[in-house]
Amino acid sequence: MGSATEYNRRDLFKRAAAITVLAAGSSSLLAACAGGTGSSDKGTKAAGGYNLSDAKNPFGVKDADGLEVFIFDGGYGNEYAKAFEAIYSKQFPGAKINHQADKDVTGKLQPRFNAGSPPDVIDDSGAKQMKLDVLADSNQLTDLAPLLDAPYIDDPSKKIRDVLLPGTIDSGTVKGKVYNLSYVYTVFGWWYSGKLFKDNGWTVPKTWAEFITLCEQIKAKGIAPVAHQGKYPYYINVVMMDMIAKQGGLELMKRIDSLDAAAWDDPAVKTAVEAFFQIVDKDFLLTGTNGMTHIESQTAWNQYKAAFIPSGSWLENEQLPTTPADFDMKFLPMPSLPGDKLPFEAIRAGAGEPFIVPSKAKNVAGGLEFLRMMLTKEASGKFAQTANSLTCLKDGVGPEVQLKPGTASTVVALKAAGDHTFNYQYPNTASKFDEDLQNASGELMAKRITPAEWIKRAKESATKNKTA
Amino acid sequence: MRHGKYPFIVGFLFLPIVLYVGLVLWPYAQTFGYSLTNWSGASQEMDFVGLDNYTRLLDDEVFAGALWHNLLLLILLPVVTILIALFFAFMLNVGGRGGTGGVQGVKGAGFYKVVFFFPQVLSIAILAVLWGAVYRTDGSGLANGVLIKLGLVSASDPVQWLSDPDLVLWCVLAVLVWSGVGFYLVLFSAAMQGIPKDIYEAALLDGAKRGQTFFKITLPLLWETVQTAWVYLAIVAMDAFALVASITPGAYFGGGPDHHSELISTYLMRSFLRNGEAGYACAMGVVIFFFTLILTVVSLWATKRDKIEY
Repeated sequence: MGSATEYNRRDLFKRAAAITVLAAGSSSLLAACAGGTGSSDKGTKAAGGYNLSDAKNPFGVKDADGLEVFIFDGGYGNEYAKAFEAIYSKQFPGAKINHQADKDVTGKLQPRFNAGSPPDVIDDSGAKQMKLDVLADSNQLTDLAPLLDAPYIDDPSKKIRDVLLPGTIDSGTVKGKVYNLSYVYTVFGWWYSGKLFKDNGWTVPKTWAEFITLCEQIKAKGIAPVAHQGKYPYYINVVMMDMIAKQGGLELMKRIDSLDAAAWDDPAVKTAVEAFFQIVDKDFLLTGTNGMTHIESQTAWNQYKAAFIPSGSWLENEQLPTTPADFDMKFLPMPSLPGDKLPFEAIRAGAGEPFIVPSKAKNVAGGLEFLRMMLTKEASGKFAQTANSLTCLKDGVGPEVQLKPGTASTVVALKAAGDHTFNYQYPNTASKFDEDLQNASGELMAKRITPAEWIKRAKESATKNKTA
Repeated sequence: MRHGKYPFIVGFLFLPIVLYVGLVLWPYAQTFGYSLTNWSGASQEMDFVGLDNYTRLLDDEVFAGALWHNLLLLILLPVVTILIALFFAFMLNVGGRGGTGGVQGVKGAGFYKVVFFFPQVLSIAILAVLWGAVYRTDGSGLANGVLIKLGLVSASDPVQWLSDPDLVLWCVLAVLVWSGVGFYLVLFSAAMQGIPKDIYEAALLDGAKRGQTFFKITLPLLWETVQTAWVYLAIVAMDAFALVASITPGAYFGGGPDHHSELISTYLMRSFLRNGEAGYACAMGVVIFFFTLILTVVSLWATKRDKIEY
């Protein structure tokens, strides 16, 4: 297929819940083989086996034990992991570190799991990710509860659990236990060029009314106010659903997540969708954007053909090759509607990129310690610099770290948002409903249906998929 | 040596039959089995649900649409491709009219053959990129660019091609025909070269025109090859998965906008891999299986003719 990358990136944050689907054949094979190895969970220690009050070495890592690290060599590369390994070596100079990186996680690691000798730390991501629920079911994963209760290296008075951004633990939970550390933190919203705005003297809108007024001005300048990745309505759907969440509040979001059909009768939905539809109705869209791929539309946006584009915070890293040096990429939360239940600063945000420690690894303690070291300002800053993305560590990037403008603006936005972050679960739990919503949004953007019909479709799909 | 014949034959057939049973028939049987369950495709647990998946298929509008799109392709793709390929092959082999009265193709036939065959050597991935650029929805697209320059389309409202629900299936058909014609052109050319020249010469002497030569001589003598082409093209039409999945809008195997280019294969893959409905997807697979089986039998029966020896 020609579009493997598209799958990867749309999955970026979906990986969090580990619902990314693999070829079922291989995973069932895996389950069979993994279950068949028979050896009990040797190497898995109960949480009580660790001395969690010891801030220096809570898991009892032996200096002489080697550590094998396997990194999914995807959008974030694997350079960052070498920096982490250097940190580990400083603490345990005797440990021989074996660093590996590959795109094909399943191909490389499935035989290792079946042979009972997996690496100690795995970044289990990508299109060929090993399914986490399958691994968990066959007792292949170490419960990360001890890690969450271990002291935070930068401030041992705190536990790791307390320094993670909201949603991280949820993303790591598979069937009730925390089995992975979802390390990369993604925020969603509008993006614009700071340079374009400065050159034209535009002020960044905070309310939807200001947004619409600004769009009129932008259009008058001969620039399209809004572009979106129309071939994949996923992106514009983020805007619509986030406007609904902000207007109706977290309670409404949860009802939508649980496929409560009545949620769609909530007046907040109508208010948000109708307000959103002004973009289409007032002809603010870039010509042809409804049929463009993410690369086509984002590149047009980089060429100043459009002012705003919706996306997650992977955008900056993805657009590095086409972004002009003085573009000054900036993030903007969804502008507020009158009567919004959530403040302007509230943003959709979630953790992804699962790191796991196999239960049958030779050096489980070392694996856990490695994850603990990843959750330091030093490591988090290194990651932000090399991979242009944030990590799940709260305030994980200090002012001394030089960031690209887009990533820097997400740091500011995330700080401003504080506890006001939200994340829909339905894309992970109700794929068909998600698909129906995306299709409806595609039709809405092309003005083939009205906002009322969009809501009707959403409601019908919720009803249908609730019973199914 | 007569008594040793059967062990000898069995010895040769044993391995192929084991492979065939193990790699073809057994998976078929498994698909039938899974189609009667609510298997999610991601776990070992499943329940037997009888024919529930099949009754669900009957009410599934998306599936009905996909079936209809497959049927449309099934009728149009072979007809259009074969007609164009036959016309070109005829022109390139016997359509020319040299002054000397011999039977030959139009001028530059060899060159055209190579040019027409070209799309055949491109992989689907390249096709997808190429046609993505042709069908781009703004003025930078090849098709829109030309139409705008010619003044046929306004620059502010370009044709939406693959994102237009009424056009998308035709756009896909065009790509399939474009990429397929070359192969069938070469296939028909080879078959035409097998037809003895004297038959054409006799027809020429009797004053037959191009049209008559084609319908009275070429087509009847080519019938078996056309039949083969039909079966191949029907298989492409029943599948067409890779192309639709890569060029049409929609996350996870295309099929958009709003299912307007959905095929059974794309819907099947999405149900299986994304929506966690592997049992349901297997039921679709079983439906395709019988559908194809019936079509093959019907088409072989309907196109049956007496073989002409020459």
